[in-house]
Amino acid sequence: MASGVKPRVKVPKTASAGDVITIKTLISHKMESGQRKDSDGNRIPQSIINTFTCDFNGQNVINVELHGAISTNPYFQFEATVPESGDFTFTWNDDDGSVYTETKTITVG
Amino acid sequence: MIGSNLLRVASIASIATFAFGTTAANAQSLVINDEETMIIQAPAAAHLENMDEVFSGWNFRTVETQALQMDDFDNPGMIFVDQAIDQWDTVDGAAGESCGSCHEGGTAEFAGLRTVLPRWDEDAGGIQSMADYINECRTERMQAEAWTWSSSKMTAMTALIGLESRGMPVDVVIDGPAADAWELGKEIYYTRVGQLDMSCANCHEDNYDTMIRADHLSQGQINGFPSYRLKNAKLNSTHARFKGCMKNIRAKPFGEGSDEFRALELYVASRGNGLSVEGTSVRN
Amino acid sequence: MDFTRRDALILGAGAATVALLPVQAFASVSDDAIAAFTGGAATSEGGIELTAPEIAENGNTVPVAVSAPGAVSIMLLAAGNPNPDVCTFNFGPLSGSQSASTRIRLAGTQDVVAVAKMADGSFVQTSSVVKVTIGGCGG
Repeated sequence: MASGVKPRVKVPKTASAGDVITIKTLISHKMESGQRKDSDGNRIPQSIINTFTCDFNGQNVINVELHGAISTNPYFQFEATVPESGDFTFTWNDDDGSVYTETKTITVG
Repeated sequence: MIGSNLLRVASIASIATFAFGTTAANAQSLVINDEETMIIQAPAAAHLENMDEVFSGWNFRTVETQALQMDDFDNPGMIFVDQAIDQWDTVDGAAGESCGSCHEGGTAEFAGLRTVLPRWDEDAGGIQSMADYINECRTERMQAEAWTWSSSKMTAMTALIGLESRGMPVDVVIDGPAADAWELGKEIYYTRVGQLDMSCANCHEDNYDTMIRADHLSQGQINGFPSYRLKNAKLNSTHARFKGCMKNIRAKPFGEGSDEFRALELYVASRGNGLSVEGTSVRN
Repeated sequence: MDFTRRDALILGAGAATVALLPVQAFASVSDDAIAAFTGGAATSEGGIELTAPEIAENGNTVPVAVSAPGAVSIMLLAAGNPNPDVCTFNFGPLSGSQSASTRIRLAGTQDVVAVAKMADGSFVQTSSVVKVTIGGCGG
């Protein structure tokens, strides 16, 4: 697992049924692009988060395929429809096989 | 509200169609999370002979960069503050203590501290910066290893502690026992060095608010440090930034944590007396 | 042998072709990526909006937003990067809108391209030039 990887997610705590809400996510990751060279002139191999997924109660909200041109500490903002109370799950897949997850609960009142 | 140079730059830019969306002219105000208003423009301190007003570096950035600092979630520097919150309660060193073991009131104990640093410290017999106090805690009370000046853990911890003073005006003391170091800092600020034969003042006093190639020159204020730079995507310490500037003018930099840089930090901080501590700023 | 004006022109034309090659190479790499995404189908304009700064203070972190109402997925490309792939957003059944924002790396001034696959299988495309500046001291 890449060191110091920490997800941050911003989701409203409450909503009305059918509301469209804005979600922001940020995760600390170097996103080594594969384009850089070390001090000896050798290419540093790519090591990035390659997939990000957001689901709500098992249904998909968004899935993103990432490449080396996504900046260090990848940030995404998008919108989700909330039909009922439940859990958002966020998943980041690292090239090194690590999987980082975060869950946020939203209450529909 | 801002110097005539800026207006000139803005009008040239708009004529040339590649308008920089963002000169200080259209920067209205810096309000973080829609609730905390920063002082980004203030009357210059009495000791500043050549300037009437001081401006936070935020004024000089593009709207896109400015926006990153207006919401703590959008601010990538806050990732490192989160890491420091975890570090705060992490036991480290032979004494088996964490920061939180002694500081039971949490980081809130340090509200206001960032506004007066660096400062003269009688016990240390010199100017002390926040990194010095953190390392004093680590080596003496925690019996842990000192962190290097610009290590990721150190910049993150200075960001966390600095955040407790966000919005409060910088107010460093420059007289009394601090006077000698302040004078040294001032001398360094105005001394031309390096192959390009430039002083800090040549850019940040004589030419702020003009374009140096494609870059909008700021006053070089440090009220926003540690600063998340888009360039290197991490928190940057004041001393690391000083070092970068000296390298750019092809001078041999002083060391991070050297007495020279502590003195320069005190002097430059005093040039920004009256501007808000910005916690963790975002710059280019 | 005589070196005629005609020879000089031919040589000059050859040199010009060589000089153009890198540009064409970049274009074809991003064109290939678009073709792979669309399966070779033609793209049309309209119905997709790309928001990017005219000038980026640093190419390392350039905020971009894309929106294409009714899209199934949107691909972002940086036509002038060594590898033009940036990311692809695939919208699920609970997406609140077919829009998203992220921060990207641009190796220099170039076109950022967005291509959306619509629900009916058609494709729309737009692009935006972003000028990438270099720090005043190169630092």
